[in-house]
Amino acid sequence: MSVETAPARPSDPAGGDGEGPLVSVEHLKVFFPIKQGIVIDREVARVHAVNDVTLSIAKGDTLGLVGESGCGKTTISRTIMRLLDATEGRICFRGDDITSAGRREMSPLRRQMQMVFQDPFASLNPRKRVGQIIGMPLRLHGASRGEVVPKVRELLDRVGLSPEHINRYPHEFSGGQRQRIGVARALALEPQLIVLDEPVSALDVSVQAQIINLLDDLQDEFGLTYLFVAHDLSVVRHVSDQIAVMYLGKLMELSPSEELYTKPIHPYTFALLSAIPIPDPEENRSRERIVVSGEPPNPIDPPSGCVFHTRCPRATEICREVEPPLARYPNGHLAACHHPLNVSDEEIRGATKDPTSPLSAGDELPSASAAGGTTPAA
Amino acid sequence: MSTPAPATGIAKGERLLRVEDLEVAFTTEEGVVQAVDGVSFELSAGEVLAVVGESGSGKSVTAMTLMGLTRSSNARFSGTAHYTDQELVNASEDELRRVRGAEIAMIFQDPMTSLNPVLKIGDQIAEQIQEHQALPDAQARELTIELLERVGIPRARDRLDSYPFEFSGGMRQRVMIALALSCDPSVLIADEPTTALDVTIQAQILQRIHELREETGAGVILVTHDLGVVADIADRIAVMYAGRIIEEGTLDQIFYDPQHPYTWGLLGSITRVDKPRPERLPAIRGLPPSLANRPEGCHFRPRCPHEFPKCTEVPPLESRVEGEPNHRDRCWLPVDEKREKREVRPGEIGLPDKEEAPAA
Repeated sequence: MSVETAPARPSDPAGGDGEGPLVSVEHLKVFFPIKQGIVIDREVARVHAVNDVTLSIAKGDTLGLVGESGCGKTTISRTIMRLLDATEGRICFRGDDITSAGRREMSPLRRQMQMVFQDPFASLNPRKRVGQIIGMPLRLHGASRGEVVPKVRELLDRVGLSPEHINRYPHEFSGGQRQRIGVARALALEPQLIVLDEPVSALDVSVQAQIINLLDDLQDEFGLTYLFVAHDLSVVRHVSDQIAVMYLGKLMELSPSEELYTKPIHPYTFALLSAIPIPDPEENRSRERIVVSGEPPNPIDPPSGCVFHTRCPRATEICREVEPPLARYPNGHLAACHHPLNVSDEEIRGATKDPTSPLSAGDELPSASAAGGTTPAA
Repeated sequence: MSTPAPATGIAKGERLLRVEDLEVAFTTEEGVVQAVDGVSFELSAGEVLAVVGESGSGKSVTAMTLMGLTRSSNARFSGTAHYTDQELVNASEDELRRVRGAEIAMIFQDPMTSLNPVLKIGDQIAEQIQEHQALPDAQARELTIELLERVGIPRARDRLDSYPFEFSGGMRQRVMIALALSCDPSVLIADEPTTALDVTIQAQILQRIHELREETGAGVILVTHDLGVVADIADRIAVMYAGRIIEEGTLDQIFYDPQHPYTWGLLGSITRVDKPRPERLPAIRGLPPSLANRPEGCHFRPRCPHEFPKCTEVPPLESRVEGEPNHRDRCWLPVDEKREKREVRPGEIGLPDKEEAPAA
């Protein structure tokens, strides 16, 4: 393999355990040019889809990547898969820099990284039988016909489908069953990393739980590493070890999974949590909620300073002018906010600027007077 | 042309809609699909009735039948649905047209596809207003601006000449709501109004529907699969499974004393952000049945670990909890036994896998 070996990473936000992370992105930027002109393509603007994000996932862990439409979460996942090209920054897989690896260099790595898509109705070829769909990755990577069929039957059984279904077509299955087929296809090559792009958001509630439990079991059994992309915070919690919250191409908060729910530091995370209705009428009535007004701004021309300041109830002058760095709080909890929530004065004084902060961020860490409080409206 | 009843004329609690024994079946290549099977319910002014169910439970077909939107050549109907004195299921197209939009309005699930992409926003709303009220263009235009402002679209006057593609999903759903409100309907049917939206936008839209119900006194039928949304704004709930209502009651009855095992399952399998996370996500085993080939008796029987011989008979929808005539369900189990089987450790629901279930 001619992939050059990456030098030691400057930082390890996952707080890895001695071993390096399986996959990481460093100061990743992905911009999409908007072009105009007939003869000469002039770039007139750029969509800032991902704007300087650093993340990593340790082997066997699950990173939940959460944000609303247009925050760049899917762009990150596709860039890691090398389906999109990075504009700036670095992508590393097992310590190797794959940012600009060519087709031939990527080929042996492809079988190590697989993807499960959001819409099980669109991601399976309707003209192929289940056996062909799941067997295709095996055939592409050189398995013979005789090897494929038993393997496919085994995979079907593993994801909770009957091996007898090998000759059926996708339309004969329900949404949940189709998603199982998608999972079986991703598992076929025994990958290390599976990128799950909203794998349950198209499914009914009672079926969502089945798929989440299946993914959980498979992770334990095969030691898989997951990147779980989701649009809200309710489902990711059950699978994630760490959760990253994104907004408009920027990383807002990165936290150990459980801590994010009990101690959200960024007002945007608080807003996301508060927007999820709780299925308990009494608690719902007594709960303090904030409804964030407005809609996400245009990523072609993101706001100055903190990108969330246009909708943030705590925003002040500094938020409009200075981009907040990622401050590191106890337990490896990172948040990019000038006016953090749920942190004590002591924690604020102990906070340091994390080296994974965006390069354009200021140096100023939150001061004790600007922080505190448990609700953004405070 | 009839003038729509002004919404201010509705007294709170007045009965607006009465659906009795509604059945809808479609003949398809795979056989007869019984989408709605003997559904009855009522809706009063100022109340939010949530119709809850998963895909294929018949909740959307029920809602669309009230609007006359399921009338195709392969559909068969029986039963009645009365809006005040007007019967809807067997009404002529002319009769329906007078009610539809003006008296009963609908918000659809997907704001991306339910607006006409080649018509300006303002024209789409004005068209509906002028269909039901003889107003000059200028006045209809003013009314449109007022409506758009009411649903929270900033700079409404400048946005009238925009096309739907220029709006985001949340904004389009607001336009849909403005369109639905344009004739001051007394019944608003919202079919999964927030499913396609981001959570922060969902919260805004739900708040808006809530406020409008207070302002206009309209009755709202909220069709949804999301029990979180239901807990947020519903007064009463009807749970549907495979074409039938299997349980109905007030918000508190359904959430705190659910009688049907399917309702326990639905309540138990929701992920919650306000509670410690369970080791394993509780799940209902199996899949909902095909509507072309439903199991005999109780349709939930094949997925239910508490099945016993009586379950092969169809349980009637009736009140089983003493002293609560409005809380009705379709399950043969005695109430005490249900309450006992329902109580389980956190992170579980009273639906163990059949294999693991204690001998019964």
